[in-house]
Amino acid sequence: MKQALIISLKVLAVDIPLLLLLGTAFGWILAKKKFRGREIVSLLVLLPVALPPSVIGLYLLLLIGHFPLFRNLGLLFSFPAAALAALIPSLPIMIQGARSGFASVPVELEDAARTLGDSEWRVFGRITLVLSRRSLIAGLTLASARALGDFGVTLMIAGNIPGTTQTLPLFIYSKMESLDFAKAHIAALLLAVIGIISLALVKSMESNKHERLA
Amino acid sequence: MSAWLEASFNYQIGQFNLQVDFTMEREIGVLFGPSGAGKSLTLRLLAGLEFPVRGSMVLGERKLVDIPGGRTLRPRERRIALVFQHLALFPHLTALENVAYGLTGNSRYRQAGDWLERVHLQELAKRYPAQLSGGQKQRVALARALATRPDFLLLDEPFSTLEGPLRRSLRRELKRLHRETQTPLLYVTHHIEDVCSLGDRIFFIKDGCLTGSIPVGDL
Repeated sequence: MKQALIISLKVLAVDIPLLLLLGTAFGWILAKKKFRGREIVSLLVLLPVALPPSVIGLYLLLLIGHFPLFRNLGLLFSFPAAALAALIPSLPIMIQGARSGFASVPVELEDAARTLGDSEWRVFGRITLVLSRRSLIAGLTLASARALGDFGVTLMIAGNIPGTTQTLPLFIYSKMESLDFAKAHIAALLLAVIGIISLALVKSMESNKHERLA
Repeated sequence: MSAWLEASFNYQIGQFNLQVDFTMEREIGVLFGPSGAGKSLTLRLLAGLEFPVRGSMVLGERKLVDIPGGRTLRPRERRIALVFQHLALFPHLTALENVAYGLTGNSRYRQAGDWLERVHLQELAKRYPAQLSGGQKQRVALARALATRPDFLLLDEPFSTLEGPLRRSLRRELKRLHRETQTPLLYVTHHIEDVCSLGDRIFFIKDGCLTGSIPVGDL
């Protein structure tokens, strides 16, 4: 189990910075920028939440297989594939969290900062980011929990290779198959505890937000 | 001799066309007109928060807008402060931090403290906006705008939510601050009482068109 736990933690170590970077960027664009087709783009980024993991996995498999560049990188059934598999379905959760957080910051506050001498980057850092940080943390927590728990997409494009791509959910599956319920239980309990802690953290972020608004 | 402010803008949003052409001296100007006439939009154009289709703007010796063709300065380069209708105080910062927001250097908190003293709020420096009354918030917003030592101060109906006596007292305070700092200001309102007790010159705006101005004394 230790090996699977390490793989899961390594997947998170890769995915959390990517979730933060991509989720914040997409969330900001969708919340603050007006452009033609914005609603279509918002629906498209939500697509991985609506599609079954096996469907995402299948299309990723075809996509990666289709391009020689990806194929030659040896991406499939490797650790990078496990990281990618966990990232795809969790990214929309982060984008939604960031988007709702950024959208809740009144434009008037950002305009006030501009007239007080701030550049666009400073407005983002001193006002937008600070005031939406609770939504960002809540989004990142839920997205990370989703990434940690991914099963279907990982199985489809990374496989279930112990020591390389076998994450905790796949470890549970393997132990269930071999009727080793004790080990499956321990891993399941660990994931359940992480899930409950994540929810508690999200809840605390929400209640703090309401206190602040009050 | 040319005026302190020369502004000429043409701005289009949907069916609404705003045509503004006016000059102003170092005085208190009041922009007066009904709701939806384009008063707030005029302030946003002056502050650089909106860009006109065509326009030019000269403040003192500085050319701030020259469209088409020339350069247009961004809000942070204009040295124009704006007090918003809903004040836009930063909720995560204390009164002192709000006032210090636009200041730089080691002495910025000392300067912000001095400004809070000038608006009689030094005791409330550590309070957050949510812990301040309506009148106290107005004073913080005024101090924050003036602390940056702007060349021009714009006020978008900042006292609109206040009742009689408090409104009168804040108008007096604004007039005193104007005397002390000599900062020219343009005040948006649709209350005739504000015009009479505050302004030197009144600018009339209706249906997106600034139709002219007269000294308040001639009213």
